[in-house]
Amino acid sequence: MNVITDLVDKAKELVSEATLSPRPAPPIPYGMLAELTHRCPLQCPYCSNPVELDRRNVELDTETWLRVFSEAAKLGVLQVHLSGGEPTARRDLEQMIRHCVEVGLYTNLITAGVGVTPERLQSISDAGIDHVQLSFQGATAEVTDKVSNFRGAHERKLAVAREVRRLGLPLTVNSVVHRANIHQIPAFIELALELDAKRIEIAHSQYYGWALRNRGALMPTRDQVFWALDVVEEARVRLKGRLTIDAVVPDYYAKYPKPCMNGWGRQSLNVTPSGRVLPCHAAETIPNLDFWNVRDHSLSDVWLNAPSFNAFRGTDWMPELCQSCERKEVDWGGCRCQAMAIAGDAAATDPACHKSPLHAHLLALAEADAATGEAEYDYRRYSVPDRNN
Amino acid sequence: MTATFAATDVPKLARGVRLRHDDARGQWVLLAPERVLNPDPVAVEILKRVDGARSIDVIVDELASAFTVDRDRVATDVDAFLAGLAEKGMVELRPAVIGDAAS
Ligand code: SF4
Ligand code: SF4
Repeated sequence: MNVITDLVDKAKELVSEATLSPRPAPPIPYGMLAELTHRCPLQCPYCSNPVELDRRNVELDTETWLRVFSEAAKLGVLQVHLSGGEPTARRDLEQMIRHCVEVGLYTNLITAGVGVTPERLQSISDAGIDHVQLSFQGATAEVTDKVSNFRGAHERKLAVAREVRRLGLPLTVNSVVHRANIHQIPAFIELALELDAKRIEIAHSQYYGWALRNRGALMPTRDQVFWALDVVEEARVRLKGRLTIDAVVPDYYAKYPKPCMNGWGRQSLNVTPSGRVLPCHAAETIPNLDFWNVRDHSLSDVWLNAPSFNAFRGTDWMPELCQSCERKEVDWGGCRCQAMAIAGDAAATDPACHKSPLHAHLLALAEADAATGEAEYDYRRYSVPDRNN
Repeated sequence: MTATFAATDVPKLARGVRLRHDDARGQWVLLAPERVLNPDPVAVEILKRVDGARSIDVIVDELASAFTVDRDRVATDVDAFLAGLAEKGMVELRPAVIGDAAS
């Protein structure tokens, strides 16, 4: 018969997402977040970096990062997210990108854009970067500058976005939404279109670390959240084929928790500036987990054997409530860090789940925070200014 | 069905889209911004030839002879396949350049 009969059907299959069906253990990670530095000119109050920021003098050197990238490629990682802090604060960024390209890794730059000159972008592009994600703290200068605590940040970001497109690089606009900018979602979407981005990420602030400190000033109301969901859904349909909208939904007001990381130690890993390997960027908020460092272990050794990775891998660790639930391999019991923050037990069912005995408590917290009217932020910064910054 | 593209058009993967073999999982993958796609073997045969040098005509010729199937059929399918990727911004097409005209 003929091999090519259903080429068109195959084509349709091709453009559907990769099927990430559960694999026999051990799983193979798809993505690695490389937090190259915690240094950053901005001070976003929801920053996902830990409250105790790594200083420059503890950052991994170039050679170690190159080794980690080689090990990641061998382990099966396909995409590397070069992030921070502000990754362009590392002068060896281009060297790392070239190395990633050499070992076959797809490279994604996650930048705040401030301080990135056209010359620097050109050199990053020449090094072979595949994709640029640029954060916008607001859809207008007023909001961006206030949230990032940096006057003129917005203008600089606009210039960087135009330069990225002039170089022919694909651009994603990243926006983290919370009470001070959630009403700007339509404007964020317009901004992405205007900047010729093919993709926008609209992520609701996740309440760990800095954002937990600032929850009173960040938490949106339930009405705002549901309005936002509608706006995003409508835009998705309207802009199909023009703009991809990826949204990270808030789960405080939801019935089910988010499938955090699509399962602990299942698809991705995170390396901090000083070399600790984490199952997710907030994992260090869980006390007593033994995080291994790439200075002492190969990446695959960490992935396969570190107690921190095995602590919540699969479903065996789950409490009875999740064990007996049909969604246990859908949302993986939700977020361990949220369970830690709210229930005081990282192995509890995520209180965002309506079945959790703490669900009402979580909801009450959110509603109380949303009603505070607090507008001052505890900005993200080094406790004592980093002298080398 | 009418073709979306001219047979002389030359397709090329857009910047930020890469086809590679994934040795760890023993499969081909098409990598794009925040996406990992699994092309099946037939799609892979097409994608391997989308190199910014071969025209659609050449790609169709190669596939038709490699798989010994009806050429018209292949042409229709390749066109539809590329149209799908072009709509997603993953493939770009440029008209053939005659000789070495200034571009
Ligand atoms: S969230 Fe803001 S402060 Fe944190 S790294 Fe990104 S730009 Fe810098
Ligand atoms: S009980 Fe556990 S597995 Fe079931 S929906 Fe809630 S969090 Fe998910």
